[in-house]
Amino acid sequence: MLKFILRRIMMMIPQLFILSVLVFLLAKAMPGDALTGQLASNPKIDAQTLEEMKEKLGLNDPVHVQYARWMKNLLQGDLGISYIHKQPVNDLLAGRMWNTILLSAAILILTYMIAIPLGIVSGRWTDSWADKLIVGYSYVSFATPLFIFALIMLFIFGFKLGWFPTGGSVDIQVEKGTFAYYLSKLNHLLLPALSGALINTVGTIQYLRSEIIDTKVKDFVKTARAKGVPESSIYWRHILRNSFLPIAAFLGYEITGLIGGSIFLESIFSYPGIGQLFLQSILQRDYSVVTALVMISGLATLIGTLLSDIILSAVDPRIRIE
Amino acid sequence: MMKAELGDPQLVHGQNEKSPSSLSIMWRELVKDKLALGSLILLSLILIVVYGASVLLDQDEIVKVDLLSIYSPPSAEHWLGTDYGGRDIFGQLIIGARNSFTIGLAITLITGLIGLTVGLIAGYFGGVIDNIIMRIIDFILVLPFLMLVIVFVAIVPKYNIFTFILIMSAFLWTGKARLIRAKTLAERELDYVSASKTLGTPDWKIIVFQILPNLSSIIIVNLTLNLAGNIGIESGLSYLGFGLPESTPSLGTLVSYAMNPDVLQNKWWVWLPASLLILVMMLCINFIGQALKRAADARQRLG
Repeated sequence: MLKFILRRIMMMIPQLFILSVLVFLLAKAMPGDALTGQLASNPKIDAQTLEEMKEKLGLNDPVHVQYARWMKNLLQGDLGISYIHKQPVNDLLAGRMWNTILLSAAILILTYMIAIPLGIVSGRWTDSWADKLIVGYSYVSFATPLFIFALIMLFIFGFKLGWFPTGGSVDIQVEKGTFAYYLSKLNHLLLPALSGALINTVGTIQYLRSEIIDTKVKDFVKTARAKGVPESSIYWRHILRNSFLPIAAFLGYEITGLIGGSIFLESIFSYPGIGQLFLQSILQRDYSVVTALVMISGLATLIGTLLSDIILSAVDPRIRIE
Repeated sequence: MMKAELGDPQLVHGQNEKSPSSLSIMWRELVKDKLALGSLILLSLILIVVYGASVLLDQDEIVKVDLLSIYSPPSAEHWLGTDYGGRDIFGQLIIGARNSFTIGLAITLITGLIGLTVGLIAGYFGGVIDNIIMRIIDFILVLPFLMLVIVFVAIVPKYNIFTFILIMSAFLWTGKARLIRAKTLAERELDYVSASKTLGTPDWKIIVFQILPNLSSIIIVNLTLNLAGNIGIESGLSYLGFGLPESTPSLGTLVSYAMNPDVLQNKWWVWLPASLLILVMMLCINFIGQALKRAADARQRLG
């Protein structure tokens, strides 16, 4: 097992290296450079000063030297300086990262709260009207694009019914740290998280449903039934116990989808997280922020799949690679 | 559905006659499924109207700014009203649907071709080739896809439809290649392949004329479901402003007007029809795909 984990981590290193080279080259290929932003805000800078500044920042060095310097800073946790916001990227990201993590966690919690009961009902009473309804819902949610669903949710519950706030992550008036502050934060979180979750349930529902349908005709279940174990504890103690662990393990694979989803959700609900920051930075050509965000997302995805692979292989030894 | 399939006289007595091809079985299953058949008819109608009307409509006329009729609600002259530039929404809807569907289809076909070629080669030959290809695929699959596409769209010089299709295809072939590889690996071990090899049939003939036809139902199911997904991704990116260039409006472009809270709240005719059209098209394609999937599975169980 330890050998598998080590090998799996070793596989990650070249992937991270290639990703970093790719991101670095993309950043270099972007039109303009880090100084264009400063130039715009300060028209007095002439060509010579610009050249001196370029030299000072090392922008005239050969590419591999620049990459090495960037990588060294990255490894030390220094993501560079945002030229638009005029502050270190680390500081800029801190608060927004927290918001996005909060949103993603809320989406996952709601997804499981909705999907697990539906999956169980659907698998236990196959072909009942409830099952048909749930399968119908999962087909429709699978086909619906997130951005359209989120827009319609915002239109109905945010604007028409006015049940939820239509943007931001917290009311401006409330004082930080008070109970009202957290309540307001939760209130702003609910609609985007619900929009993300209702679209996200299909995988878990279908997994649980087919798992239960397969397991409930197996011999050990028949034995339990023959012994007179009540139906509900057959489900809780015999069937579901086996099915729940992989659901937890799939968590890591969800990260890719959550990052992609956060870009749409945060843009629609004007929720200040990293997805919204990413779009703004692209439009403002704030490249140090863009590269930092792509690197962080790539790392998060890699770590997520790593964790999922490890958990799954712990549960099912057949998955371990030789 | 399984029982009906088994009781089908044509299949039971099929041994004597030429057994029906996988495609005709899939077609029969599709027509039997009311929801899928309804979806197919509705989708065909939409496509006929969209492609038919887009020939008749004058694109220059539609994108022309008319400042006298900004945000006018639906009327006899403008069936679905106008946008912030006084442009007719219905016309843009038709053009946008045509562009979104055509580009979704193009991406599906290109990624299908790449995925098929790479998957067949990796699965059939195995060994070092397979290892290298799979490492590349594993790498692309863990990339933050949406972010990288947006970065690419932002930096590509002379950005147009073709570069957009290329960027999307560069990322989206991997899933298909992996699926085809897995199926080819299983198929490779079967007796008919070793028999052909013993007879001295060249590898490319075995791949193209023997393995490929046996994968056809899986490929069709996968391409259908992917078509819906690709239309969704394209319109989503266009919604964010990183999809189709401005000269070719997409359904997502129309939806993106809803980023303005006033439009979202008070001018439903601008964004709602496009949203519903995307939704209906994706639902139809998905229902067809799911029916095909069930048909393909049933065929496998029978065989």
